[in-house]
Amino acid sequence: MSKNLIVQAAPHIHSSETTSRIMALVLISLAPAAAASIWLFGLRALLLILCCVAGCVGFEYLACRIMKRPNPIGDLSAAVTGLLLALNLPVTMPIPLALIGCFFAIVIVKQLFGGIGQNFANPAITARVMLLASFAGPMTNWVMPRQLAMDAISSATPLGLLDQGAEVLPSYWELFIGLHSGSMGETCIAALLIGGIFLLVTKVIHPVIPLTYLGTVAVFSLLLGQDPLFQLMSGGVVLGAFFMATDYSTCPVTNSGRFVFALGCGILTVAIRSFGSYPEGVSFSILLMNLLTPLIDRYFVTRPFGGLVAKAQKGGASK
Amino acid sequence: MKKRRFGSHLPGVSVSHHKETANIPIIPMPTPKKVIIPMIQQIGAECQPLVKKGDHVLVGQTIGDTEQRISAPIHASVSGTVTAVQEFVTTQNVVTYAVHIESDGLQELDPSVQPPQVDSLESFITAVRRSGLVGLGGAGFPSHAKLNPKTLDSLHTLVVNAAECEPYITADNRAMVEYTKHLFQAIETVMQYLELDQAFIGVERNKPEAIALLRKRETDKIKVKVLPTRYPQGGEKVMIYEITGQVIQEGKLPGDYGVLVMNVSSLAFLGQFLETGMPLVNKWLTVAGSAIAIPKNVLVPLGTIYRDIIDFCGGYSAEPGEIFMGGPMMGISVFNDNFPVLKNNNAIIALAKEDVYTPKESPCINCGKCIQACPLRLMPCMFDRAGQVGDVDTLRTLKINLCMECGCCAYVCPADRQLVLANKLGKKLLREAQQKGK
Repeated sequence: MSKNLIVQAAPHIHSSETTSRIMALVLISLAPAAAASIWLFGLRALLLILCCVAGCVGFEYLACRIMKRPNPIGDLSAAVTGLLLALNLPVTMPIPLALIGCFFAIVIVKQLFGGIGQNFANPAITARVMLLASFAGPMTNWVMPRQLAMDAISSATPLGLLDQGAEVLPSYWELFIGLHSGSMGETCIAALLIGGIFLLVTKVIHPVIPLTYLGTVAVFSLLLGQDPLFQLMSGGVVLGAFFMATDYSTCPVTNSGRFVFALGCGILTVAIRSFGSYPEGVSFSILLMNLLTPLIDRYFVTRPFGGLVAKAQKGGASK
Repeated sequence: MKKRRFGSHLPGVSVSHHKETANIPIIPMPTPKKVIIPMIQQIGAECQPLVKKGDHVLVGQTIGDTEQRISAPIHASVSGTVTAVQEFVTTQNVVTYAVHIESDGLQELDPSVQPPQVDSLESFITAVRRSGLVGLGGAGFPSHAKLNPKTLDSLHTLVVNAAECEPYITADNRAMVEYTKHLFQAIETVMQYLELDQAFIGVERNKPEAIALLRKRETDKIKVKVLPTRYPQGGEKVMIYEITGQVIQEGKLPGDYGVLVMNVSSLAFLGQFLETGMPLVNKWLTVAGSAIAIPKNVLVPLGTIYRDIIDFCGGYSAEPGEIFMGGPMMGISVFNDNFPVLKNNNAIIALAKEDVYTPKESPCINCGKCIQACPLRLMPCMFDRAGQVGDVDTLRTLKINLCMECGCCAYVCPADRQLVLANKLGKKLLREAQQKGK
């Protein structure tokens, strides 16, 4: 009866955690932000989201087909990338340009470097930065949300207004519920916080990155004489802190390393906003810190329980 | 006692308990027709068979022994005739001999089975060696050697490991409930002859009945410590840290800190042995898992075939997909159910085919969950990566040698990576590199 037993190494049981479950939770956590973007920017937001998700999943499938890799669509990571990329675009973004972004994110940044877990930078962020550098016009074509008229009125983002020295800035409430121009998914802070808290509660992410990132931005804004609450609620800081900087593949693995990583993101964000020529610096700062992640991983390792430090070992050997 | 440098508790994982047999008393199984007794049932030297085919043996008769210090004698568990002394392959792939005995059903006692005369440390250690006792928690380190270490004079604390943190297993729990008296007798004897100041019984919170019984016998010197239910609470270093706050440094043994750790079932057996003189020929263990019809705690002669025990537990209720000795986190798969019960075997778990976990490895996503789960704060994902490219330096600096293979990392890994296996291979790589270096 027991002729066909499986013989394998322990452990013989496993938690319910899987990569696709984590990615599904991330998708769920982004749902409020996606819904908010549709509420704010209309059905074109939905169209753009669908195109980006379909584009990313499609490119992932094709890339793996051509590179003869196992089909990874089931892990849902391409769908997450697509959704994040869409939320990082202005609603007016032409679909072909968005698809170029999808191609860049999935094929160039992710699959050419080995697929999931191997990419050196967050695909969605890198694609956004690439689009911003290549198609600066469409990428900064901001419109006011909740416009039911056909001709959308262009409007600068809150940070753009601040940069131009505008006298009337959006109120905290407008910033909180997203009634200002900006990337589709970054404006509604309320929706992002719901999603972020969901990720924390389901333990998909550890609080160290979002808290450090937001805290650093607040503190440094204050030091530079700016309104920290305004800085936190405008631009992509909340989206970045909860959903982009926490990307497993491109942030350090230890919590000490993640602290340093998020600290760097925060400082760079404020520095770019205050001293750079761009009004917003979240994607640049996360991308830069992504590149530093291997270095951080090298120096911020755990202190093993009972492990002797290298120095003590040398001393012991010379005795 | 010491500053807790790593917080009050070490990390670990919450595993579902499956301790359905916790309230089922230990039932002696009828003497089986045949037993197979391998000559390696401990860490240390292999025993040499002392009997040959055709010999008549009695219960408690020594059938395997060695001159080596780190080893323990092996006794016949049934009376009857030796039908063969055959080659036997252990689960570690070591080839040894096994004595096959056909039982005559009489269970006649060997005349050597007499309560031991213990009046000094020396006679105590001799008696323990005679009992054939090895650590019953799983590792199987010979107890007489454990009780007589080089650091004997500096020992001051006995830690009784009664965590039983592995799912399914309730054998230690039953021992605490049913053999409380023997357990305390053994603790007192050990403390008396080894001149220890104090003893702590570390038990996980999920054993209320055992805790209540232990509390009744608690004294100033023998204290019960209730620990959180968290795997791997019973890991030696984890247990010592949770109870005394002492961090066992790399390359040191608990004895270097004056601490002696013993498994609760080992001590309960020792108490029985000191009273009756019956060596380790019977083993209480838990039989459970989704393929077992009636999960039980049973007392079986050493060398009883798994198949016979499972039949005693109502047979299979579903087609078994995997059978392992020990718990699901660290247990060892057996090739078939024709495998015999060994001294350090505390459970037989048979899982139905559909319940068997077969890892489907996918790429590491760098989530760091393995690092957060590791009780010893190691970095399994880094070991995995370094091992694949033969990066021995990284394995060394990140201390792969400290890994106790508890399985927490692999348990939580969302990518299903076989991290324990990777750690084993990584350690081997490091060992080989170090040998080459010398």
